[in-house]
Amino acid sequence: MTALAAVERLEKRYPLTRGVVLRRRLGEVSAVDDVSLAVEEGESLGIVGESGSGKTTLARILINLVEPTSGVVRYRGEDVTHARGAALRALRRERQMVFQDPADSLNPRRTVGAAIAEPFAIHGLLPERSTRARRVAELLEQVGLEPAHANRYPHELSGGMRQRVGIARAIALGPRLLVADEPVSALDVSIQAQILTLLRDLRRDLSLTLVLIAHDLAVVRHMCERVAVMRAGRLVELATAEELYRAPREAYTRELLAAVPRIPAFEGAAPGGRQSSPDSSSSSSSST
Amino acid sequence: MSDAEAVLRVEDLRVAFDTRDGLLQAVDGVSFAVARGRTLGIVGESGSGKTVAATTAMGLVRGARVRTSGRVLLDGEDLLGASPERLRALRGATIAMVFQDPLSALHPLLRVGAQIEEAVRAHRDVGRAAARARTLELLEHVAIPDARRRRDAYPHELSGGMRQRAMIAMALANEPRVLIADEPTTALDVTVQAQILALLRRLRDELGMAMVLITHDLGVVAETADEVAVMYAGRIVEQAPAAELFAAPQHPYTWGLLRSTPRLEAAVGADLVAIPGRPPSLLQPPSGCRFHPRCPYVRERHREVDPALEPLAAGPDHRVACLLPEAERQALWARLAAGATPEQARAAAAGGSEEAAR
Repeated sequence: MTALAAVERLEKRYPLTRGVVLRRRLGEVSAVDDVSLAVEEGESLGIVGESGSGKTTLARILINLVEPTSGVVRYRGEDVTHARGAALRALRRERQMVFQDPADSLNPRRTVGAAIAEPFAIHGLLPERSTRARRVAELLEQVGLEPAHANRYPHELSGGMRQRVGIARAIALGPRLLVADEPVSALDVSIQAQILTLLRDLRRDLSLTLVLIAHDLAVVRHMCERVAVMRAGRLVELATAEELYRAPREAYTRELLAAVPRIPAFEGAAPGGRQSSPDSSSSSSSST
Repeated sequence: MSDAEAVLRVEDLRVAFDTRDGLLQAVDGVSFAVARGRTLGIVGESGSGKTVAATTAMGLVRGARVRTSGRVLLDGEDLLGASPERLRALRGATIAMVFQDPLSALHPLLRVGAQIEEAVRAHRDVGRAAARARTLELLEHVAIPDARRRRDAYPHELSGGMRQRAMIAMALANEPRVLIADEPTTALDVTVQAQILALLRRLRDELGMAMVLITHDLGVVAETADEVAVMYAGRIVEQAPAAELFAAPQHPYTWGLLRSTPRLEAAVGADLVAIPGRPPSLLQPPSGCRFHPRCPYVRERHREVDPALEPLAAGPDHRVACLLPEAERQALWARLAAGATPEQARAAAAGGSEEAAR
């Protein structure tokens, strides 16, 4: 395995100020504090932490949406920390982001079709109107929507459908790396499962590398092969999912695990409930 | 449920909204009761009617375009027929509510303490100093650290968890007999969610409140509710003591919710099984069983016959609105709980029932 994306000794500090007119600088806060992390090609990596742990900042730096205070950002081994212009645009095609609340990232005055076609316009791709429309229809179907949804406005769609649009936009340019920042935490549980299943299927069909940012270790358990735990800007634990859930090393990881509500339903209540693991994984692979 | 001691009792509640597109039946014949010191969890998706049912019970849903019927009894007094003055006297004193997003429920330009004082003085004839002291007591009661300083903070200066604690303090200002919490932890991190749920449980026990906990997440009710009602398209489709619901869920929609929920008990990398489709429009609900368009086990008859919420033969506390035979439901859930897909469970159960017939 080779690292597709990586950060080395990454620091991101923000000035701490007070006042609006007479801004006074009180010091600095460290959002990300000396973090080194590599994302292997093809893997699904979970970054877990509470609000303020720096997980979102880290993810944004990883795809050059935020510039680090110090440290190196790499993509396919190359130092891209200060990429600009054409180089940065080329990187954008490779690395895309799915945001928590698609309502915030979609322009309310533009149709869904226009939102999905926007990346093509920005990158000067598919200039012909009909090919672009065909590609948009294709993308809509790929995320479980219908081509007719292209003419709808974001407010006409449910939260789950809007997130599908956000995902269609993110995969439009055929990225290799998809960073999903709490993609389901604003959705109902029933819709969460639909979106997570979609991300999983897309990852398989498009051979994507996935970085999933979440505050909930249960979601990550279903989705990721490796897990990074962050706290107060620092990486406190990094392990394979198997290891992390079986034998978490850090007290903080155990704390996060303890916070997830237990659902007693499958815990031995039904016959074979506890042995559900081999069944469920084999049934999933056979159904694909 | 022992109805005799119920503090809040809702009987055959129906709420419909006159909209431009027609009559929207948001709540369609919902009944439940909550006793002192007990918690009822109401679980459902957006649009299932769970919030409308609760806000109507609070007397918050009224108007020319709202049609309401049924009864909401608070200590035997009907709230649906109560005068606005009477409702104002009861709300915040006898029955109180905590909302999902405290940032939109709190006034952004008033200090948190001042807002809680207002809640105290709205129902008690006390002076400013006494209200201020009571506020401090409340903030300490909901375990806000450094309460004296936080009393003078503005809502935006508090974290999401602290704001929700402040909201809870305000709701508790007059020691209500009934607390309705509508998605109180949905906007919060799991760690903070666990703290807020623990706080609600503690306060419920200390004050002996009857609590209604509304959520889309079965995980939230699993550790907190004594009884659970699962709502779908304006109706309760399954209702049971919590332990009973999780041990032997009966409705295919409940199964769908359970299999959709990410769990630490699942195998690493196990697929979640989503419920296909979306909740129906309440302007034109589906015929027959309202869940039939999304149900993997649907039969022809289910498209026409509307199932009633009926007690199980095995236990009258557990009620379900499903047309599948009880034995078949048991066989299906046994397979699903063991990790089978709905298709596999259906195939196996069909084989099983043929065997039984022979």
